Amino acid sequence: MRLGLPAALLGLWGLLALGAGFLPLTPNLIHLEHILGPPAPGAWLGYDDLGRDIGERLLVGARTSFLVAAWVVSLSAVLGTLIGTVSAYRGGWWDRLIVQVIDIFLAFPGILLAIALAGLLGPGIGNVVLALATVGWVGYARLSRAQVLSLRHREHVMAAECLGSGRLRIMARHLLPLMAAPLIVEATFGVAAVVIAEAGLSFLGLGVQPPGASWGAMIRDGTRYMLVAPHLVLAPGAAICAVVLSVNLLGDRLRDRLDKRLATAASYET
Amino acid sequence: MLTYLAQRLAGAVVVVFGVITIVFLLIHLIPGDPVEVMLGEAASATDRAALRAAMGLDQPVMVQFAHYLHGLLRFDLGTSLQSHRPVIDLLRERLPSTLLLAGVALVFTLAMALPLGVLAAVRRGSPWDGGAMTFSMLGVSLPNFWLGPLLILVFSLWLGWFPVSGRGGPGAVVLPAVTLGTGLAAVLSRMVRSSLLEVLGEDFIRTARAKGLPPHRVILHHGLRNALLPVITLLGLQLGALLAGAVITETVFSWPGIGLLTIEAIQSRDYPVVQACVLLISLGYVLANLLTDIAYAWADPRIRLGGGG
Repeated sequence: MRLGLPAALLGLWGLLALGAGFLPLTPNLIHLEHILGPPAPGAWLGYDDLGRDIGERLLVGARTSFLVAAWVVSLSAVLGTLIGTVSAYRGGWWDRLIVQVIDIFLAFPGILLAIALAGLLGPGIGNVVLALATVGWVGYARLSRAQVLSLRHREHVMAAECLGSGRLRIMARHLLPLMAAPLIVEATFGVAAVVIAEAGLSFLGLGVQPPGASWGAMIRDGTRYMLVAPHLVLAPGAAICAVVLSVNLLGDRLRDRLDKRLATAASYET
Repeated sequence: MLTYLAQRLAGAVVVVFGVITIVFLLIHLIPGDPVEVMLGEAASATDRAALRAAMGLDQPVMVQFAHYLHGLLRFDLGTSLQSHRPVIDLLRERLPSTLLLAGVALVFTLAMALPLGVLAAVRRGSPWDGGAMTFSMLGVSLPNFWLGPLLILVFSLWLGWFPVSGRGGPGAVVLPAVTLGTGLAAVLSRMVRSSLLEVLGEDFIRTARAKGLPPHRVILHHGLRNALLPVITLLGLQLGALLAGAVITETVFSWPGIGLLTIEAIQSRDYPVVQACVLLISLGYVLANLLTDIAYAWADPRIRLGGGG
């Protein structure tokens, strides 16, 4: 499959997110004469309901979604993997407790708990990260727990135990490297989920507050002017879609490749 | 089967208790004093004390929790701070709309996913397959809050076929249901395809073909029926995503259901209503998962007759 375009798109997304601070952008500058204006030279995506340049706001929105995705995915992945690995490796009542907690968190459907948390904590990007990470760690915990359970009776782990390696060393040197592949795949799809979730929360008015820019908030503001100025909604939505689609395509590809590698690794063992 | 059922039910009871605990604790997560947040800064000290006493917030947390549980047993979810009506009445008013929306979305999902998945599996590698899988990839990547406005733009504003929002007329449910169902249809059509492909490689399919059954009978009767088990499981598990998606979809279309109520309550800081909505949606999800598990166990003799599970 051709992955050049998705990879390039994601690279651009990251580059814009990290570089947006260095560009001479004026995303909050109001051009009253251009309110709801169509694309024009100098503003290649037109102007929004306050006469602000949509293209520039899109770039700043890229920064928001990238930073939130990076924070949430790394926080949840590290926390979840830690909890899941330790839980499975220690076993006993601690493990039973963690499994129960995971089950309870999984009983909240999708983004609902994040919506409630973000709503109660109050709007703001920090609270969005907090809310999404609170919901997000569970997937990584469950995955890493299952991985450790299947790996801990492998011969190399038993050998390390017999040689007197400490628990920490076994987890870090003998378990984590083997769990990395599925966790990376999970994290890749996690990026797509977080981008949608952040935009969703911002769409509901729970994310970035004005005048900050977020793709979700841009869509929400744009829906009011859809008949006269559909470009307000189209541009940020297309940006979200492009990023999410690229991440999903890469994730699929990654999963197929790593699966194959896992499969061959398994066949060598037998 | 009975042992499995008992185990599963006991597990569900623990989960429900945990969900109730978290929902109860939500109100204590509000930074600062919840009473102050609810009433605003202009409220007098007497009003604050009155609200605090009315909500039981002046009592120890454990007493509050016991009180909350006791209320739940009698379907007493407190009183809305905004409309001063019992929360349970608000839920009762809004629930039918959400159920209608979810039901129509589910029908749409199945009507899309089954034919697409079967077509993709039967004509594997053909343009049909490619098209179906492209739809699936797009459907997963299109967020509800963009698909909704797009559909409104095309079908309400340009073509004028459906109302823009609200619940007026029988056509009003179409766009919200399509918005809500597309993501699930995308996931499900993939599942139908891979599950059917797996089944079509089985020996009994070769037998059915060899004895001269017409192809559609082989695929629908022998293939699809055996391929549906994992599909139904996925459907049950994804119902929760559908319910959570309803929060955003209902907001897009101003559809007067539980999801819109949740958002309205969050915006007006009507915390008892927020708690009740989250609780109701989550319990609905737990119930759907429980029923899926039981249906799965009942349909699969390997679990029904003991042993695994």
